[in-house]
Amino acid sequence: MSVFDQDTRIVDVSTLVRLYRGMVRIRRAEERILELLLQNRLSSTMCHVSIGQEAVAVGVCDVLRPEDYVTSTHRGHGHFLARGGAMSALMAELMGRETGACRGRGSSMHLVDASIGHLGSNAIVGGHIPIATGAALWSSLTGQSRVAVSFFGDGATTEGIFHEAVNFAAVRGLPVVFVIENNHYAMSLPWERATAQPSVARKAEGYGIIGVDVDGQDVLAVREAADQAVSRARRGEGPTLLGVETYRFLGHSRGDPSTYRDREEEQRWHARDPLLLEKIRLSAAGVAGDVTESLEREIEAEIVAAMEFAEAGPIASVDEVFSDIYATPLGGDQ
Amino acid sequence: MTGTLSSARTVSFRDALREALHEEMEADESVILLGEDVGRYGGAYAVSRGLLERFGERRVIDTPMSEALIVGAALGAAMVGARPVAEIMYMDFVTLAMDNLVNQAAKVHYMFGGQFNAPLVVRVQQGTGRGAGSQHSQSLEGWFAHVPGLKVVAPSTPADAKGLLKAAIRDNDPVLFIEHKGLYPRKGAAAEVDHVVPLGVADVKRTGTDVTIVTWSNHVHIALEAAERLSADGVSVEVVDMRCLAPLDMTTVLDSAGSTRRVLVLHEACRTGGLGAEIAATVGEQLFGELAAPVRRLTAPDVVLPAHTELERTLIPDVEDVVLAVRDLLSS
Ligand SMILES: Cc1ncc(C[n+]2csc(CCOP(=O)(O)OP(=O)(O)O)c2C)c(N)n1
Repeated sequence: MSVFDQDTRIVDVSTLVRLYRGMVRIRRAEERILELLLQNRLSSTMCHVSIGQEAVAVGVCDVLRPEDYVTSTHRGHGHFLARGGAMSALMAELMGRETGACRGRGSSMHLVDASIGHLGSNAIVGGHIPIATGAALWSSLTGQSRVAVSFFGDGATTEGIFHEAVNFAAVRGLPVVFVIENNHYAMSLPWERATAQPSVARKAEGYGIIGVDVDGQDVLAVREAADQAVSRARRGEGPTLLGVETYRFLGHSRGDPSTYRDREEEQRWHARDPLLLEKIRLSAAGVAGDVTESLEREIEAEIVAAMEFAEAGPIASVDEVFSDIYATPLGGDQ
Repeated sequence: MTGTLSSARTVSFRDALREALHEEMEADESVILLGEDVGRYGGAYAVSRGLLERFGERRVIDTPMSEALIVGAALGAAMVGARPVAEIMYMDFVTLAMDNLVNQAAKVHYMFGGQFNAPLVVRVQQGTGRGAGSQHSQSLEGWFAHVPGLKVVAPSTPADAKGLLKAAIRDNDPVLFIEHKGLYPRKGAAAEVDHVVPLGVADVKRTGTDVTIVTWSNHVHIALEAAERLSADGVSVEVVDMRCLAPLDMTTVLDSAGSTRRVLVLHEACRTGGLGAEIAATVGEQLFGELAAPVRRLTAPDVVLPAHTELERTLIPDVEDVVLAVRDLLSS
């Protein structure tokens, strides 16, 4: 069965449910992560959640192929899960276990999974944009059709490396999609005080590439824009700047009361909670409440199992703290 | 050391580097070059001349002027299968790619639990001798040797340059490969295809019994000249060429220091926080009771380098300075 939504986008109901499920999975995981953080059960104090922004990760990752690459940010739990990262690897990493995504060394800001082309989330704002660009360069040099996606915040667009990477990708027509996850604040600095050109589409014009401004609370809109951008990249038609407008519902990190935002603005965005919008669409498409209830139960079970997995795993050992500083140990055979 | 040195053939440092690039690109499709003017121009110091013609635009990539991107994209490509050799025209410009080298490339393997490697080489040219001025002459190797996860190489001879560059390209870690601008025309024994010098192994370039000079890069030649002069007076100097600055081969240094009991650490970089301090401290810690004199450092002073060639010359330790420092060390 297909639905015809108000924007005349045709998708089947299973896609709608899958997208909704992907967002709920991130939301519930991060709610649990926040609890763990408050209980001091995480191995690190650094933790940024993406609650309110789930449609971006889910909409984009839904159109990727297994061989594609992503790079992500300090606010990267959602990208990791949406890309196909294991809930158990996430929880074990956050809880500092050897069984975690980075053997317990990376924690919240450095999630990674080579097996799904996740080239790592990065705690230097903008630091991974050239990494995705370089992966795309190698894909293009070797005639592969892999596409690289770099997720980053509005704040990263004001770092110099953004310019260097976008310019290089543009001039070489690389298969990379730059997803500007614009939650309108870089910590406290509002977007309009960070840039005199708030439209990402207009920014793209300056680089001679395509740019699109997208409603980031509408997972279908994100998915469609990403699909076009990724398809263009795969066809060898170069990079896209995807400006996805969203909002982080909570503070920048723990202990940020967001005094720099007004409550009325927050309420306006809360009314456009991406999960809520998708749920409305689901019921308009005739999806019964028991479908959403059962996926909630499945996700809860997945999270509980992941936490059990994490707690059962060995704590990252101090005996191993010097291993892997180098991949080729010295004096080794060349 | 493995491989063959040719007794018949001599080659310049520049040509030796080009041979290494050429041979490694022949041997391994995943080796690519990228940087500013590395292709059509042949590299600002002509190291990659001819490689574009030989290997084509797919493997020799002229990038826009974007140092951070050059290193960052080299890293991204390295993580997914390439063995990029990036060129940064002057060491001074690596400051624009610090994040990419220090926070990214150096961290990838460890931080991600060993899931990814970063097999990239960043070639840079550094040093004085041409009056290149405050922003084109610095010796910044100490900064990078300070960062776990990076390997730092600074060869002094054509054969070492070739053998170490080949090893660096084959290595699975990020390597900062430092070429002193004064060395490019210098000739020496050529090395054959199979000549690979393992990283992290210092080389005794001259054996001696009275004093050890620990140095690297261009100053190896200054030390060797001073050693020659001193030998006329019956002073026997051992010259240890570190070759690799991170990790440091302290075993070779300590062996030499233990036998001569007098150590001079010599470098072109300025003094404070320079690698000489690290080497001197380690020798002091390990051999305090056995030394006949405190370890001495001979370095450039802590100064901004002027472009004026005469002023520049007075600031960098030369043969005469080394001879005096060794005599001084012997008399203490
Ligand atoms: C280069 C750099 N500068 C500053 C910081 C500190 N910092 C971490 S996140 C952040 C704000 C980033 O804003 P944005 O890129 O919009 O992402 P968001 O946090 O909104 O997801 C800052 C200033 C950093 N980690 N890296």
